[in-house]
Amino acid sequence: MAEATGIKEIIKPENLVYRKTPLMTDNILHYCPGCGHSTAHRILAEIIEEEGLQQDAIGISPVGCSVFLYNYIDIDWQEAAHGRAPALATAIKRLLPDKFVFTYQGDGDLAAIGTGETIHACNRGENFLIIFINNGIYGMTGGQMAPTTLPGMRSSTSPAGRDVKLMGNPLNITDIIATLQGTYYVTRQSVHSPASVRKAKRAIRKAVQYQKLNKGTCFVEIVSNCPSGWKMSPTQANKWMEENMFPFYPPGDLKVPEEM
Amino acid sequence: MKGNEAVAEAAIRAGADGYFGYPITPQSEILEYLMEANPYETTGMVVLQAESELAAINMVYGGAGCGKKVLTTSSSPGISLMQEGITYLAGAELPCLIVNVVRGGPGLGTIQPAQSDYFQSVKAGGNGDYHLIVLAPSSVQEMADFVELGFDLAFKYRNPVMMLSDGAIGQMMEKVWLKPAKERSKTVPEWATTGKPPTRKRNIITSLELDPQVYELFNRKLVDKYNEIREKEVLFEEFECDDAEYLFVAYGTCARVCNKSVTLAREQGIKVGLLRPITLFPFPMKQINSLADRMKLIISVEMSAGQMLEDVMLAVNGKVPVSYYGRMGGIVPGPEEVLENLKLKIKEI
Repeated sequence: MAEATGIKEIIKPENLVYRKTPLMTDNILHYCPGCGHSTAHRILAEIIEEEGLQQDAIGISPVGCSVFLYNYIDIDWQEAAHGRAPALATAIKRLLPDKFVFTYQGDGDLAAIGTGETIHACNRGENFLIIFINNGIYGMTGGQMAPTTLPGMRSSTSPAGRDVKLMGNPLNITDIIATLQGTYYVTRQSVHSPASVRKAKRAIRKAVQYQKLNKGTCFVEIVSNCPSGWKMSPTQANKWMEENMFPFYPPGDLKVPEEM
Repeated sequence: MKGNEAVAEAAIRAGADGYFGYPITPQSEILEYLMEANPYETTGMVVLQAESELAAINMVYGGAGCGKKVLTTSSSPGISLMQEGITYLAGAELPCLIVNVVRGGPGLGTIQPAQSDYFQSVKAGGNGDYHLIVLAPSSVQEMADFVELGFDLAFKYRNPVMMLSDGAIGQMMEKVWLKPAKERSKTVPEWATTGKPPTRKRNIITSLELDPQVYELFNRKLVDKYNEIREKEVLFEEFECDDAEYLFVAYGTCARVCNKSVTLAREQGIKVGLLRPITLFPFPMKQINSLADRMKLIISVEMSAGQMLEDVMLAVNGKVPVSYYGRMGGIVPGPEEVLENLKLKIKEI
């Protein structure tokens, strides 16, 4: 990805109204307008910076829309095969136990092709953080049905809506993850409003801090949108998410440390 | 000790940082030995039983990406499952050691020894233009020795190395001389992901590139690397080749069988020699081609349906007839039957 050049003429101190964390690179994000990924990236980068973990962080990016995450946050990265991020993270954290290790995965990556790696890493209580972006669709490949696509929801491979008799039910994997002995903190958040962004940031910060305790896997789901894949404007998509995704994937903590 | 145990002990002594594996016959002793030895307490080597071969090879990818000396071991169907991770390792140019204790196939096949994974090991079993460096041990001693050799080659070329053994050598017991234990290396390769200090750019381990111009250059770089390996790293052994009129080409267990066949043939006045490729990639092309000038017939002897045969034919390049003798399904050929086949083929020339 080329570093942005033209934008530098606009970025002058006198024009400053908002500052991104320096940990975010100057590469232009490739996400569609209104997509939740950019916000999730930003709060993740802010937390890494605020917690002073720049030199200790090793991230694992998935296959999916966030495949180029390594172009956006200025830390060391490994790019995993589709679904395999938790296996990479397992080895990285065990070999470098003093580092801060996290994966960032979408619903197709984590809850379809990578279900095995996800469940077993969480069940072993591997001491890393999983950030799970759930927008109920395969965005990168053009809007196909995902394991988390809601009943009746349209996608390019469920054009008449997801028929659960034919295509199976959506998989609420975070509920399953919360039942596993190896997980320490499991929460579901969103990043579609200023209030939810603040809450999600608090949740991710807690998960990042918990890693130092070496108590098990921390898992943060972010229920998100896909305006392009859902064929909606960003505003419509956020409203649709609240009305349809939240009843099925209700935001809130699923598992909190007992001593807290 | 068993060949499998020799791999496990040699890995600890070579200063390996991590082993990730999944049980499969005929190589489960490796994971068992390492769990029993518990090297984390002594050398700090991590040993982990993964939930699948798929997870194991991706753990290897994660560890290798941190610049660590990591290995996995499996047998044929398990290696098939690992092929996704193996091509990613090759594409991201990560060093590691993969040991394949081959059993017969296709499919679930048999648990008996075979050499039918030649193609999937030597010819790139996963997607894309890549090669593994492939080492073929023919004794328990070599299964031990090739652990360190494998790691050295892997790091020298930033390329995955496969040790292509088989169920016979993995399970057989022989005397073995083990090197004294080395300390685990503290050197961190410059490309490794270990957390980014302010003094360098971020390291990214990836095999993804969407710009065709850039990606073709990367592919060419890989080809250059493989050509350098072809030039510099060929290993082979000759037995009774100086005055030979006929030549066996065989590796691993089959090379041991052919070694005996050569001795039996010589007792009967038949001048046959043996070339044993030790590296299957790079294959000893030039050596076989030059030996072909003096031969009347060359036979590829394999526990497979004629897989290495294709490379032998390429090496000989039509100079002399090339033939094949092999057994499959878990049967190890006897030295007498290999010799009888040679006699038949001599009559046919």
